[in-house]
Amino acid sequence: MGRLKTLWHRLGSPRWFYEISGPWAAGSLIVGLIGIAVGLVWGLAIAPPDYLQGNSFRIMYLHVPAAILSESCYILMGVAGAVLLIWRMKLADMVVAAAAPIGVVFCIVALLTGAIWGRPTWGTWWVWDARTTSMLVLLFLYFGVMALRQAVPREESAGRAAAILAVVGMVDIPIIKYSVDWWLTLHQTSTFKLTSAPSMPAEMYLPLLVSVLGFYTFFFGVLLFGVGNEVLMRERRTQWVTDLVRSRQS
Amino acid sequence: MSFTSWHEFLYMGGHYPFVWSAYAIGVFGVVVTLLRPLRARRRFFAEQGQRLRRQSSLESDGGAERIDAPRPS
Repeated sequence: MGRLKTLWHRLGSPRWFYEISGPWAAGSLIVGLIGIAVGLVWGLAIAPPDYLQGNSFRIMYLHVPAAILSESCYILMGVAGAVLLIWRMKLADMVVAAAAPIGVVFCIVALLTGAIWGRPTWGTWWVWDARTTSMLVLLFLYFGVMALRQAVPREESAGRAAAILAVVGMVDIPIIKYSVDWWLTLHQTSTFKLTSAPSMPAEMYLPLLVSVLGFYTFFFGVLLFGVGNEVLMRERRTQWVTDLVRSRQS
Repeated sequence: MSFTSWHEFLYMGGHYPFVWSAYAIGVFGVVVTLLRPLRARRRFFAEQGQRLRRQSSLESDGGAERIDAPRPS
């Protein structure tokens, strides 16, 4: 408990975070990119075709990780927003700032690949069903958080406004998650459950698992790197960043 | 291996426009996500390096007033 408390206090120190996160970011980026490459090639070339959908189901290896990640990223942003509002921890604000532009990209990828997958499978690019609509709401929430950060002139107020939207927007996450159970939608219910085996053969779900883990690791790396950028930007007038810049010059 | 030839792989059983456009978008998304912060970091060091150089040349110009002096931490 004592060590946990020390860690919590250290997280308040941007310099400490910058120094510790560098190698973790680099390692996660490399491992994540390898995982994504393995998962996607495995899913594209080695997994067997679906007996009903043929080869279009291979879009799943991209669509599912992107969708899961954009939701997880939003949860992380919401939690960071709450930490900022409650404890006023500067690092939490930097996490919100770094996470939003990553999450928005994956949200767009999930929506676009979903539309492309929907065309041969459902016969339509877009349906206003519960899941696609709640996912579109998530995209607008990301836009909102990013816009608030830009629009409010005072940095601290901008951070707080964005944090409030990030926290409130979290209600959309369970709606996306349970939309397939609550309403009749074209999306199927969860394939992976904690309580039972996946309703998909191993040759199909193993590459998906690798892809999802790869995307998560990659996200972790990009996020750490992005928070590192935020630390540098905000501490640019301090002695330690000046020394760092000088050491890069020579 | 699910395909017997390159042609069969690229054709994707007729679903090639969907599969490959989706993958192009996905790969583009990953690349953008990766490059954006890497470029921001490089830009940061370039800009701050320039600022420091400007500042030190101002100082050597015979005691011009220092702007943007770094605060002691």
